[in-house]
Amino acid sequence: MTFARQTLAVAGKDVRIEVRGRYGAGTALPFAATVLIAFGLALGPGRTLLQATAPGLLWIAMLFAAVLSFRRAFEAEGEDGALEGLLLAPVDKAAVFLGKAAAVALQLLVLEAAIVLMVSALFDLAFGGDVLVWMAALVLGTIGLAAVGSLFGVLAESPRAREAVFPLLVLPLVTPILLAGVRATTLAIDGLGSQAGSWLGLMLAFDVVFVAAGTIVFEYLMED
Amino acid sequence: MIAAQDLRKTYGPTLVLDGVSFALARGQCLALLGPNGAGKTTLLRLLATLLRPTAGALQIAGVDALREPERVRPLLGVVAHGSYVYEDLTARENLRFWCRLYGIDAGSVDEALDRVGLGRDANTRVAGFSQGMRQRVAVARALLRRAELLLLDEPYAGLDDTAKETVDGLIAETGGRGSTVILATHDRTRGAGAHRTIYVDGGRIVPDPTDPALGPAPRPAGAAE
Repeated sequence: MTFARQTLAVAGKDVRIEVRGRYGAGTALPFAATVLIAFGLALGPGRTLLQATAPGLLWIAMLFAAVLSFRRAFEAEGEDGALEGLLLAPVDKAAVFLGKAAAVALQLLVLEAAIVLMVSALFDLAFGGDVLVWMAALVLGTIGLAAVGSLFGVLAESPRAREAVFPLLVLPLVTPILLAGVRATTLAIDGLGSQAGSWLGLMLAFDVVFVAAGTIVFEYLMED
Repeated sequence: MIAAQDLRKTYGPTLVLDGVSFALARGQCLALLGPNGAGKTTLLRLLATLLRPTAGALQIAGVDALREPERVRPLLGVVAHGSYVYEDLTARENLRFWCRLYGIDAGSVDEALDRVGLGRDANTRVAGFSQGMRQRVAVARALLRRAELLLLDEPYAGLDDTAKETVDGLIAETGGRGSTVILATHDRTRGAGAHRTIYVDGGRIVPDPTDPALGPAPRPAGAAE
């Protein structure tokens, strides 16, 4: 079985589990909506302030949705010791990492589309400007979040670790993605996408580092 | 097939395995008997390369299993306490997934499910299964593979008599094609067909206390409950 087929098998299994359980739709989206509504109420009806803060709120909602999605992706591996089964299987463990990351990324992209619509509706914000630039920021941010979440999700496979350790590990690590994503999105929405190159570059570098790290070390993290 | 030499495993101050040594030839079936907490599961997990021993050496099929576990794992079939199933997938989807990972033709999935009595539940999500039904899925997974070393940890747990017979059939089939089987169980009524029996208690191989020729085995000092 080729590396690509192994990756697709793992990704397909995770996507099927997500579609079947609708965990993202059932938990992450309502949570993101609550965050957005709470901030919207706290910031008041001033259109300028809401629009200025919208990119930041968008990324915060995405981050929380992502953390919930990571946890679910590895909860499924904890059920009945399935992760042990993956460890014993004659598959490249880098393919397991990439498959899980790809499934989480796909799920996040769907959630992000819904969150963008929510932000647009709640804050009366047209996501115009340099559309390609803010979409690139979302995609690069999604890849980075999925890579970090999949890399450290395996460490937090036990329920106790998942609750306590996972956010402590992941949230500080994804700060560069959050920062760069907010800046790039703000610039793109303001029509200044040409100035977002350095932020997109930072996100790309982050993605390369964590995808590469995951493919190399995931096998060792899976071991007891 | 297996050469275990002085395997020891500790968790902090707790000694779980204390110098277990044994050898097993290819095609033999070994019954690993002992009470709950004796160290059978730990020993089986060491043999499955899921745990690393604190000390000792382990060779499986001529490979140093501690240095190169990735070379040993493709040889193994494991039925463990966890059934390695995904609750949101159906029994059939679970087995098809494992077939893809192992490069096995998925055409025999339905036959395996029929053999363990889950033919009618093939399209039911595993989340709705009892523990015994999950164990049957694990047995069906083992039926699909032609493992060179089959490790069974309490495979009869939660199974009805018919399914227990299927496990016996799996053991006989595996042995019949020249593969090696290690069966860990506290149920003395099982494993009668094993070529060898090892009795484990307190993390050590001890004389079987039920052997009428022997007195009760003393519990080793410092060994885990």
